Amino acid sequence: MQTTVNLWPLIGVLVIVIGFVLRFNPMLVVALTALATGFAAAMPLETILATIGTGFIKTRALPLIILLPLAIIGLLERHGLREHAQHFIGRIRSATVGRLLIAYLFVRETTAALGLTSLGGHPQMVRPLLAPMAEGAAENRYGKLPEAVRYRLLALCAATDNIGLFFGEDIFVAFGAIALMHTFLLGSGIDVEPLHIAFWGIPTAICAFIIHAVRLKRFDSRLERELGGQQAAPTLPAAVSQE
Amino acid sequence: MILSIQYLYWLAGAILAITALMTFTDKNHPKRWTTGLFWALFSLVFLIADLLPPVWVGIGVLLMALIAGTGGVGLGRHGELPPKKRQASAQRLRNKLFIPALAIPLVTVIGSVIVKDAHIGGVPLLDPKNVTFVSLGVGCLVALALACWLTRDTPMQSMRESRRLTEALGWALVLPQMLAMLGLLFNDAGVGKAVAHLTTAYINMDYRLVAVTVYVVGMALFTVVMGNGFAAFPVMTGGVGVPILVGVYDANPAVMAAIGMFSGYCGTLMTPMAANFNIVPAALLNLPDKNSVIKAQIPTALALLLVNIVLLYVLM
Repeated sequence: MQTTVNLWPLIGVLVIVIGFVLRFNPMLVVALTALATGFAAAMPLETILATIGTGFIKTRALPLIILLPLAIIGLLERHGLREHAQHFIGRIRSATVGRLLIAYLFVRETTAALGLTSLGGHPQMVRPLLAPMAEGAAENRYGKLPEAVRYRLLALCAATDNIGLFFGEDIFVAFGAIALMHTFLLGSGIDVEPLHIAFWGIPTAICAFIIHAVRLKRFDSRLERELGGQQAAPTLPAAVSQE
Repeated sequence: MILSIQYLYWLAGAILAITALMTFTDKNHPKRWTTGLFWALFSLVFLIADLLPPVWVGIGVLLMALIAGTGGVGLGRHGELPPKKRQASAQRLRNKLFIPALAIPLVTVIGSVIVKDAHIGGVPLLDPKNVTFVSLGVGCLVALALACWLTRDTPMQSMRESRRLTEALGWALVLPQMLAMLGLLFNDAGVGKAVAHLTTAYINMDYRLVAVTVYVVGMALFTVVMGNGFAAFPVMTGGVGVPILVGVYDANPAVMAAIGMFSGYCGTLMTPMAANFNIVPAALLNLPDKNSVIKAQIPTALALLLVNIVLLYVLM
């Protein structure tokens, strides 16, 4: 193992970790890391700039997923989408934050496992629909939520979307990650059926669902413990009166 | 192909150019010029970047980072409908409000699953390499038409709303692309090789459990650094997985690969480097702590990492 591996580029890792820990602006941290890593790998400045430029152009498709839905979501929000989503969940009496998110986790993970990965996502599903519904479900039971609880609840909505997506998509045979693993193993002289790789992902996928569902359930009991006492005030506002 | 991803780049570029223009002409904007410049530069990336020398683009990217880093990207004031009007509108439209919102994922799925292989006159309808993105673009246009029709509002208003949300996201909208760029640069500079060298050279893997743990935890840690399990997989599997788990301990490669990649995903849940999944949602939900989504995910990720060590040890 005594081949000469250049360890200097690891400076880049150091810069980014320090930058994030010290909470500098991430854009600036990434730019500095790119420069530092390039210099550490003995690239001339012009090559570094060109590598940054080409890399940025190659990855242009990434922000499309966030940027394009904004016009629609913004317009619908202007006309009360979030208010209606809260009101909608308010009519389902048995709805709790935990139950709603567990149901979403289940649907998100199974549809992703069938290759339908675009049936969710933060700009088009979590912000306009899931988050207001979860908030509505909690407010129906406990009234206005304290800020800290509300932030935790919203973060949990985003987390649930991520976890459902990640641990579902990877057991879909035609997903890019499976192709990547298959190709890499082939390159190392190991021929494995992509179907087998997908199959052996299932145990982890099931455990992911169980672990996260248990946490969501516990979030419900935590809400009940912390806010259940103040439920006395009848906080079913417009939701009921207009039925 | 008939619908190429290039059209989406132009569309995105146009939306951002409008955003920049509105900011430049907004006299009440506290950071009018720097904010406008930031979005104008970003729109150029979509409109003409592929025609420019890469060095120029690189300089532009650094300039954007500098503007963002010095707090130059700010928020304008945006006129919302008064709450009364919004309530009334919500009551009038009720469940119809869901239709355009749900049309985006629905059309995307129909496009990427059903229409994906459609040809017209021997030419593929959707860009074969970017089926999902192109379907998403079509879905957004359909949804926009539906939304304008249902709410009786104008496309111009939708551009104002787009600007409101774009400004609310700020630089977080650009960060995923910055990080993906960094991943490519890390590759060119040989960061992966250096990390693999460190892990394999200094840890004694004579015990099966140690080897399994090194592979699983290594995948997660490496993903935390790179922000992407795909970048970690070749490095860790080439360094530890194939030579030691398969070579020495005779593991089933399918089990190793599947659980290895999922361990990488556990890393993705814990790192700000995966900005698309972890930082952008925090910005979208207006959370004051940009790391709150990561904090909500860490317990699940750590528990699952432990499960993965056990599963790999038992199943391989």
